[in-house]
Amino acid sequence: MPQVTLTVNGKAATVEVEGRTLLVELLREKLGLTGTHVGCDTSQCGACVVHVDGNSVKACTMLAVQADGSSITTIEGLAKADGTLHPMQEMFREHHALQCGFCTPGMVMAAVDLVAKNPQGLTEEQIRHGLEGNLCRCTGYHNIVKAISAAQPLMHAKAAE
Amino acid sequence: MYDFGYTKPSSLADAVAALAGDDEAKALAGGQTLIPVLKQRLNKPSKVVDLSKLGLSGITVTGDSVTIGAMTNHATVAASADVKRAIPALAALAGGIGDIQVRNRGTIGGSLANNDPSACYPSAVLALGATITTNKRSIAADDYFQGMFTTALEAGEVITSVSFPIPAKAAYIKFKNPASRYAMVGVFVATGPKGVRVAVTGAGQGGVFRHTAAEAALSKSWSPAAIDGVSISPDNMNSDIHASAPYRAHLVGVITKRAVTAAG
Repeated sequence: MPQVTLTVNGKAATVEVEGRTLLVELLREKLGLTGTHVGCDTSQCGACVVHVDGNSVKACTMLAVQADGSSITTIEGLAKADGTLHPMQEMFREHHALQCGFCTPGMVMAAVDLVAKNPQGLTEEQIRHGLEGNLCRCTGYHNIVKAISAAQPLMHAKAAE
Repeated sequence: MYDFGYTKPSSLADAVAALAGDDEAKALAGGQTLIPVLKQRLNKPSKVVDLSKLGLSGITVTGDSVTIGAMTNHATVAASADVKRAIPALAALAGGIGDIQVRNRGTIGGSLANNDPSACYPSAVLALGATITTNKRSIAADDYFQGMFTTALEAGEVITSVSFPIPAKAAYIKFKNPASRYAMVGVFVATGPKGVRVAVTGAGQGGVFRHTAAEAALSKSWSPAAIDGVSISPDNMNSDIHASAPYRAHLVGVITKRAVTAAG
């Protein structure tokens, strides 16, 4: 069986997988990181979004073997070791940007990448377009957009430190 | 998913050797179509040949052309200052494919090898008169697209890059499916060294095609008004629950006008 060596949330891991093993299966079933969710399994809902080498991707639409040598960040890797939440997580809590919470890990990971790649700042409309790959069936998106908008200055201030 | 063998060759020659002589082997680019297809068990390859380590990514812009490596993803093309300057319509098209996560993985070579009838890139390749380079040869856009999911590529032939002549004016407009956002009708218009060319994706049963009547009208007068009175037969249009063939034929005219307006 192929062997995959990768870094997940800063920790090195070497895992035996099948060719057909998906990245999300590696994360959830081999490494026990069940914060990354599987919603639609058809690349549409975005519940499985993680960062691969700093870019958001759908972990249900990438083979584990394709991630060999990559650095992965999942929702478990966002908060600090002492439990301090990432500004995006904090703003999701502050603005009540979740109800059932199923889409939230993917939403937060997509939002972190979106804001990080747009240091010039995003309008509400741009944030809504940036979430085209993430579905939420509870909130109607309004509070998610508010949370992301509010996280922008916090993330950019942190990046400038 | 059925299981399959997996190989990630580090040279084009090795990749071609792995694909040649095995009809059941599949090349893997960004995987944004192939992996969903495998998950649905619509395909059972003997092995998957990953093209990611062949050095096929990158963008080169000269005075008269933009050349994009086959494994360059959509996000890179959309964000490229060079592409935005040389062919802004091409950067905008890349930035409108799928969603951010799909654009971070999906590649131009994968899109063109698959030739999905609703894919965006084929319209740019056909309207700009691009040249597709493979490990074997160069293929003109007019010879490349041969029907839905069908191309001039032979078994064991791998796209290495795509070269676009820089047009004087160009624009791409798509009428998105309201839920999935793929092109129900997408029109790429261009005028430049290859003359006036109009390519339509999403609408035709045979995949991307040139709208020759619109080209003739725009050659006489490059203006939205030139499209008035230019019709297209619904006979070869797609028809599904989202749009009937006559509706798509109507949309071709509307979207062509919008694209000419956008091109200026």
